[in-house]
Amino acid sequence: MSEDEGVALNGFPHAEEIGIRLMKTPKGEAKITIPYDEKLVGDPETGVVHGGVVTTLLDTGCGIAAISRTGLMGGIATLDLRIDYMRPAKPGHALTAKCECYRVTRSVAFARGFAYDDDPDDPVATAAGAFMITAPKKKAKTS
Amino acid sequence: MSADSQSEKDRRDAALARLTDTVPYNRFLGAEFTRMGDELTARLNYSWKLIGNPMIPALHGGVTGAFLEITAITQLAWDEVWARIEAGGDAAAAIDAGRFPKMPKTIDFTIDYLRSGRARDAYARASVQKAGRRVANVRVEAWQDSRDRPIAAAHGHFLMPEGED
Repeated sequence: MSEDEGVALNGFPHAEEIGIRLMKTPKGEAKITIPYDEKLVGDPETGVVHGGVVTTLLDTGCGIAAISRTGLMGGIATLDLRIDYMRPAKPGHALTAKCECYRVTRSVAFARGFAYDDDPDDPVATAAGAFMITAPKKKAKTS
Repeated sequence: MSADSQSEKDRRDAALARLTDTVPYNRFLGAEFTRMGDELTARLNYSWKLIGNPMIPALHGGVTGAFLEITAITQLAWDEVWARIEAGGDAAAAIDAGRFPKMPKTIDFTIDYLRSGRARDAYARASVQKAGRRVANVRVEAWQDSRDRPIAAAHGHFLMPEGED
């Protein structure tokens, strides 16, 4: 009945500092949230959070999706990340990112995602990233 | 004459401080700017809260990206403020009174991660490739130990605030 409130990313300093929480998702996907916080505001006139916060959320989400898909915690590194901003985030509202790792090759994991405040169909930003697999890829489990 | 020159410097420094230090997120990350003439250099003051992976430890990729975006936006906004100060008259008086143009809005931003950001200060400089009336294109690079070994580079498009004020 109660919504998934997720778990804090304890031990990861920046994620902890901005209050990122990780929800339960199928393998290869990631759903994370951050609460609204005045320290993250980019425009004091409007109270809109800084674009860099959205970047951090989507970088984290795409990274977690890639880790989830490959099973390689600590074995991947972001090559690049593109963010497209659709609109400003609503002041006072939490932000959520939904990401998926949609393809993995021997060396590279590809992920994409989007961030929204209230309505997933009305995104604040979308993202696409490539992640280098630095650790040897495990053989895929059969099942 | 020297008093006048100094007051011009103070005026520019005050405008830059107002542009950068009033942004809560800049203060939270520890992003500061130093000015040499109209050229800005951004500094990200290292702190543990900027770390993404504590095992290495490395700066969070999102933090590096945010630092680059802050540098790009601030350079664009500063160019506009600088132009108004230089124009003198009402435009300069408005800046002195704290009436700043609206901030540019990011349309898209692409970050290339070149090296792992280490647990120490980082620096960045932006260059405006094209300053159109509505859209600007900016490139920006961040480095730590050596300018020749950037940790990340980015480019993006920004929507410029429409019209005058």
